[in-house]
Amino acid sequence: MPSAPLDTRYQIETPEGIDLPLRPAGLVPRVLAFAFDLGVRAVVMGVLLVPLALLGNVGIGLGALLLFLISWWYMVLFEVLNQGCSPGKQVMGLRVVQDDGTPIGWSASLIRNLLRFVDMLPFGYCIGAISCLQHPHFKRLGDLAAGTLVIYREQPLVRPRIPQATALRLPFALDLSEQRAILGFAERQGELSTERVHELASILAAPLQVSPARAAEQLNGVARGLLGPA
Amino acid sequence: MKQSLFESRHQRQWRAFAEQLTQLEQGQAKAGDVADFPHQYRRLCQHLALAQERGYSSYLVDPLQQLALRGHQQLYRHRSQLAANALSFVLADFPRLVREQWRFVLIASLLFFGSLVGIALLVYLFPDLIYSIVSPQQVAEMQGMYDPDASRLGRAAERASSEDWMMFGYYVMHNIGIAFQTFAAGLVFGLGSVFFLIFNGLIIGAVSGHLTEIGYGQTFWSFVIGHGAFELTAIALAGAAGLQLGWALIAPGQLTRGESLRLAARKSVQMLCGVMIFLLIAAFIEAYWSSTTVITPWVKYLVGAVLWLLVGTYLGFAGRNRHAPD
Repeated sequence: MPSAPLDTRYQIETPEGIDLPLRPAGLVPRVLAFAFDLGVRAVVMGVLLVPLALLGNVGIGLGALLLFLISWWYMVLFEVLNQGCSPGKQVMGLRVVQDDGTPIGWSASLIRNLLRFVDMLPFGYCIGAISCLQHPHFKRLGDLAAGTLVIYREQPLVRPRIPQATALRLPFALDLSEQRAILGFAERQGELSTERVHELASILAAPLQVSPARAAEQLNGVARGLLGPA
Repeated sequence: MKQSLFESRHQRQWRAFAEQLTQLEQGQAKAGDVADFPHQYRRLCQHLALAQERGYSSYLVDPLQQLALRGHQQLYRHRSQLAANALSFVLADFPRLVREQWRFVLIASLLFFGSLVGIALLVYLFPDLIYSIVSPQQVAEMQGMYDPDASRLGRAAERASSEDWMMFGYYVMHNIGIAFQTFAAGLVFGLGSVFFLIFNGLIIGAVSGHLTEIGYGQTFWSFVIGHGAFELTAIALAGAAGLQLGWALIAPGQLTRGESLRLAARKSVQMLCGVMIFLLIAAFIEAYWSSTTVITPWVKYLVGAVLWLLVGTYLGFAGRNRHAPD
């Protein structure tokens, strides 16, 4: 499958000899996820510190431990125990994985989150942002050292119905990319306006040897033919 | 084979595989149920390859790809037996690692203890020097803390037992935070670690020199000697871990810088785990032992010396026999 030049997909080849594409997440969704996490942490601290302060010295001790846990371990615990998602990443549909696509472990998560300290330098995540923007897979320094990747989580797909049409067979052979293009056209028609559907289909009117108005129907028929009887 | 036929023939297997995956991901899988998981996974991979090769539609290929990715994540995940490894890490692996990295440990120790002892001597000889390192407020605060007339030592002059607990929390947060900083800053070609090692060495050294010089030496030294064994060693080791990161970037050898950094990070994070254990022990000693004034200073010096010896022996000799307990 040829990949487009501007594609940011990251292919991992498995020992079974297949390529699995991952989609690395860029700077903006990651910043938003971090901002969300920051908010969650602030709220948790605020809510828990008030009753702890009333407990006196024991409360202050517990509060200090809590502060330590939340500032250094919040991300690590969530990433390792929650399938690579901190709450912010969950909301933004992101996930951290190792470079080989496997779930993140304790040491990798610890590395990437401890080195966050350097990514934050000199202020407001400057180094992290620069590193993220110049890297082909949007890694900040912590990711580089830990060998991790922030990707979009796979969302379950809803399969559209192909429009009804009588199955057709073309008198000439189609190559693989043409087959997929025609199937893609039939499956994604629902997302396009009728005018656009006809405009796209009419490009192929001449090779299909039909009038432009009937080209869409013809293509759907070809798609039906490619799928075969259910 | 047409796509629809292919789908209707294998649909049931894919569903069964997805169910297995869900079980595995939620950790509810029983060993018997998933015995054929690798086989199922490879068959799915074959189906995916076929579907791609025959130009089937992306609404078939993409879900298969998602299933294959989830299967890949389950089959090839890096398992770490944390509990099983913890004992052998404490008994043998950590001191071995420290000895293996002795160059970085030596440099970090020289930087930290060297600046500490050097500035302590200087401040002792030239008392005014303290004010160019530590602000007068902090000096006054420190003097208040270690005033020989106070009944209990540490951050506050008068402490109830509940304060031990408070100080434990404080020490954990403060000290492990410093260790983490010292480590992480090493990524800046090691310069950050060098900075934090010298900086912390200077502060601690200046304060100890000053307190000794004004005659609070007894209270101060009897307070710090016990937990210092673990705390100061831990800071030096954290610096060593950071230097290791920096060196991987400066001199990656045959590897690319990224690859060498990844390998060094894996090693140094292990060292950091040991540092955390040390600092937890230190915080415990500091909160519950060092701060009591009931015990005479001589006992404290003795216990402190034993602790230093213990740390030295542990790092130097633990795990040297070939058949280390594991």
